[in-house]
Amino acid sequence: MTADLETPAAKTSTGAPISIGAVSKKYGDNTVLESVDLDVRAGEFLTLLGASGSGKSTLLNIVAGFTRPTSGTVQVDGRDITSLPPHKRGFGMVFQHYALFPHMSVADNVAFPLKRQKVAKPEIRRRVAEALELVELGDLGGRRPSELSGGQQQRVALARAIVFRPRVLLMDEPLGALDKLLREQLQLEIRRLHQEMGITFVFVTHDQDEALTMSDRIALLRDGRIVQLGTPEQLYAEPNCRYTAEFVGASNIFTGAVRGTSFADEVNGRSYRITGDADQSGKSLMIRPERLGIASADAPVPDTAEHVEAVVEDCIYLGSSRTVQLRTPAGQLLVARTDVPRDPDEVVPGARVKAFWDVRDACVLD
Amino acid sequence: MTKILTRAGLAILAALIGVYLILPVLIVVPMSFSDSSFLTFPPGELSLRWFRNLVEDPVWIGSALASLKVALLSAVSSVVLGVLASLALVRGRMPFRNTIIAILLAPLIVPYVIIGLASYIVFLQLGLTQTTLGFVLVHTCLAVPYVVINVVAGLVSVDRRVEMAAMSLGAGPVTTFFQVTLPLILPSVLSGGLFAFFISWDEVVTAIFLSGPELTTLPVQMWSGIRVQIDPTVAAISTIVMLVIFGSFIVLGLTRLIRQLAHRRSATNSSATNTGA
Repeated sequence: MTADLETPAAKTSTGAPISIGAVSKKYGDNTVLESVDLDVRAGEFLTLLGASGSGKSTLLNIVAGFTRPTSGTVQVDGRDITSLPPHKRGFGMVFQHYALFPHMSVADNVAFPLKRQKVAKPEIRRRVAEALELVELGDLGGRRPSELSGGQQQRVALARAIVFRPRVLLMDEPLGALDKLLREQLQLEIRRLHQEMGITFVFVTHDQDEALTMSDRIALLRDGRIVQLGTPEQLYAEPNCRYTAEFVGASNIFTGAVRGTSFADEVNGRSYRITGDADQSGKSLMIRPERLGIASADAPVPDTAEHVEAVVEDCIYLGSSRTVQLRTPAGQLLVARTDVPRDPDEVVPGARVKAFWDVRDACVLD
Repeated sequence: MTKILTRAGLAILAALIGVYLILPVLIVVPMSFSDSSFLTFPPGELSLRWFRNLVEDPVWIGSALASLKVALLSAVSSVVLGVLASLALVRGRMPFRNTIIAILLAPLIVPYVIIGLASYIVFLQLGLTQTTLGFVLVHTCLAVPYVVINVVAGLVSVDRRVEMAAMSLGAGPVTTFFQVTLPLILPSVLSGGLFAFFISWDEVVTAIFLSGPELTTLPVQMWSGIRVQIDPTVAAISTIVMLVIFGSFIVLGLTRLIRQLAHRRSATNSSATNTGA
């Protein structure tokens, strides 16, 4: 059994590439995954991002071996592992609710995978201590999982998943059950672990901030398909569809139609210039909040800018910036994120202003 | 005032129900220590003569040992079968699950007389009457539902993801069961096994069909004993039967207590070292 594991103890762990080819999963008439193709590069941090029901966890379970795909293949290092049972895949896995063994001490939990590999006892002790040190739980080896806090339990689960030096670490919403502060702290720690270990991480989350913070690349899933695959920067700055734009980050979206080099906004009854090479079938125009400027109603806007008139509804002070909510005469809500000026300006609730943007910052979408 | 009266009334009622439930013990146990040659209550003069009678009579010893053997074997085999069935029912994906559950639990509702008669007819042809194997086969069938009910309840409360974690860490299905699942469902397995033991230990209906000169279990021996001789030996054996039952409950309770204490001690130890560091 140990012979099938990909990670002999002596080998230094390096990430393995995973290739998912035309994977579909159907439960009766219900299609959960629809012919998904995805190449995870060796050593990268790839996040499967999506709303609940998008199929992200099913895809992870197929990679882990807990779910058999209805069709399609999963390859690791070019080897087909589609029908290999989970215990022979040698992937580490971390679950949302920790899934620690409640009847074992923390140290025994971490030692579990090493015992399965028949590692010698002194070696087990050394590597368990090492792994617990790595997640900063050095002195808690003798405790039971039930005596630890949620954050500590998840660290134990992490230590247990990496102690046998897997070449792939799978994580199914590992931070979902933790509070915000702890979550942000563990996000950074998981990133650090990824950089130190150099193994392939596949991370599932529904939290777009988490995905942006941690990933090398993000695969955004919707209804069992990958909508967009790219770096966090690409997903944020160059969304390929309205769904991505709305799911990743906040956005202002005008609905209408492209007419040559301009966009006719059907809600607000205006027309805006757009950059030349826009898709003529586009039906929406997206501007990120931080790209939306605010000027007083009678002030001129720059030549390269387009604008829409609006009334300030609310102004939320965030310390380093502020979020301004605006409503156009046609009733559409816009959000702008701007710097806080040194002196109070005219951006107060009820003020009539112009919301403007550089033509190059507007993105035509489906 | 009415509150106090209500509480007092409830206490008296509870005490009466308790007395009603242990009435057989209250009657039979004193009778077994009687010096009289007949079953009498209250016992009058006290003596241990009927216990001595019991120890000296090979028939009682023989049937007690036979019962113990049948009960232990039935408990073990119904635990093995019941745990396997529960695993399949809770973790497996199978068609006709409800039908299978109904069949598994059928011995609970089919009258024992019918089970006894049916197995008697078949076992007579197979030569299994008056054999340990025959008793164990029938008693296992009667006890499996109790094991299944207990173990299914235990398994449902075990997080599937804990088993998935074990598999992802390199444990195959068998290792996962013995290292992770079984320790977590052990309390329900033990109480299922205890139920199975008692089902067999005091089962009399099917045992009457299967007993004979070759092999007679203790309850059957008691039943026939009371018909031919009405001396307090039966009361003495009843006392012993009940001692076995209470004893096993006490042992079960003690093991749980010891485990809890050990757990608490390890907890305080580790927290002590922690504050020390």
